[in-house]
Amino acid sequence: MSAQTPTSPWRSKAPKPKKVKGVTGIASLNGKWGYLFTAPFFVMFLIFGLAPIVYSTYIAFFHWDPLGDQTFNGLENFTNLLQDDHFWNALRNTLNIWALSTFPQMAMSIGLAAVLRNKKLKFKTFWRTILLVPNITSVIAVAIVFGQLFGRDFGLINLFLSYLGMPHHIDFIEETIPGHIAIATMITWRWVGYNALIFLASMLAIPEDLYESASLDGASAWQQFIYVTLPQLKNTITFVLIVGTIGGLQVFAEPLTLGGTMDGGSTRQFSTLTLYLYEQAFINNKWGYAAAVGILITFIVLIVSGINFMITRRLASEEQ
Amino acid sequence: MSQTVANRVIGRRKVPRWQKVSPFGYFALALISFISVFPFYWMFVVASNTTAEISKSPPSLIPGPRFFIVVEHVLQVVPFGLALWNTLLVGTVVAVAQVFFSALAGFAFAKLHFKGRKFLILFVIGTMMLPSQLGIIPLFMMISQWGLFDTLYALIVPALVTAFGVFWMRQIIDAQIPNELLEAASIDGGSVLRIYWSIVLPVIRQSSFVLGLFSFLGIWNDFLWPGLVLSSPEHFTAQIAVQQLKASYVIDYALNMGGAFMATSPLLILFIFVGRRLVSGVMDGAVKG
Repeated sequence: MSAQTPTSPWRSKAPKPKKVKGVTGIASLNGKWGYLFTAPFFVMFLIFGLAPIVYSTYIAFFHWDPLGDQTFNGLENFTNLLQDDHFWNALRNTLNIWALSTFPQMAMSIGLAAVLRNKKLKFKTFWRTILLVPNITSVIAVAIVFGQLFGRDFGLINLFLSYLGMPHHIDFIEETIPGHIAIATMITWRWVGYNALIFLASMLAIPEDLYESASLDGASAWQQFIYVTLPQLKNTITFVLIVGTIGGLQVFAEPLTLGGTMDGGSTRQFSTLTLYLYEQAFINNKWGYAAAVGILITFIVLIVSGINFMITRRLASEEQ
Repeated sequence: MSQTVANRVIGRRKVPRWQKVSPFGYFALALISFISVFPFYWMFVVASNTTAEISKSPPSLIPGPRFFIVVEHVLQVVPFGLALWNTLLVGTVVAVAQVFFSALAGFAFAKLHFKGRKFLILFVIGTMMLPSQLGIIPLFMMISQWGLFDTLYALIVPALVTAFGVFWMRQIIDAQIPNELLEAASIDGGSVLRIYWSIVLPVIRQSSFVLGLFSFLGIWNDFLWPGLVLSSPEHFTAQIAVQQLKASYVIDYALNMGGAFMATSPLLILFIFVGRRLVSGVMDGAVKG
């Protein structure tokens, strides 16, 4: 660093020039500006984001009735929760719905992105835009339509299945597995286009010469997809999988609106972890217990995301 | 001479880099597009037909004449116009606030030096891993204690800032504004505030708009929190109004779908104008490589 180089107040990837007092006015103000610019965000984030989470953790160790008494009961909420069949049922339902929606969705969005990526595709913008339409609409409106489409007696989906040779109508609301498939369908419908765009952005960033040299080596389009595209997508796949897992393990809107009740239906077939939290908090008024559910959801999210992260990393490093 | 031989050899092995999209590719796109928009069409079909038309086998697949009758019916059951206005108001305020605060903090995290910057941004990103319902009970207590229960403030105040907004803005500013530009401006004697105002803000206008749209859509479509903190019909948002239609004894599909269609069509109209920008926004925010 020569003495002529002005001290840069901006963050750069180059090694930081040594700070010289008084070289530029801004450099000395910089620290202050950083805090000033982030302060409004942090003040509100502390009040409405972090404080409730901390307080929630506190409540989890109490028997907390919003209308009655609040008494400390140590780990009782957690030990009760581990013996609570409804909690395990909710966990099973959540994992089921998550698996049914995540993996088909990933495969479909990567496939769609591969088609969208082609430079010779006609009506490029049209396809990209229309794929995002499901993502902008409300779960309630969607659930009302899908509830009707999946209807047992007059639903179009059952009609379609009977044309395909299904001997009887399926009850997508009352039966557990069909119900989970219906919910996974709604989630997939909403997110497949969005994720396809994410994968597309990532595919467009892959250097062209990788494909050029692969095609010089005689690789077919399919081989190029497997050996060039997929390995280059590993960060994006990890990202989409982790984000999908965090969201998927908190699923509640679709089962709540399709089932119609917070308890998840007549056999609790739609009860998910987050719905169970709401049911305990706002139907049964057991706030301490509900807070404990929230903490367990957090642990489950962190564990499953961690496992996903490790698996995708492992697969990616094996491919190389 | 040798040139042409070489060309021929390579030419024979060379696969054209961009083969035409196969008919199967177009078919897949058309199918997914059809599935993407069909539910909206179906909303309208069910809303504009009698239950008998929809329940026969096969059901009517084309719109009927009853749409405006259903609209009138919806307006009788819930104050839908007011609900749309409430949603628009809350959504706009929240969108503007989120963009304002996220851009400020995102700029600082992307471009300014300050002690603890790295730790703080990692901390903010880390909180995005936490389930959003974790704090809902204390938040509910706060809103009740502050006397905001059953007011529109209950929807606005907790939504003014999000970790996601800051994270997103930081990504955008990091990617779209080269350090050299800021360095040049500061050498010319621009203050940080001035540089933010006249260099950073104009560049990130498009992306800010996209972030604002996403915040707006989030507010428009939220139903759980509004359902918890609102009770009187004059404060309902559009989604809560739609939910009220379901509350009757017998499910009236035409009524429900009419409400759903009325709550959705403003978004679809908005989407016609901003869809392309949303698409590029989603793609800008993606992790590359």
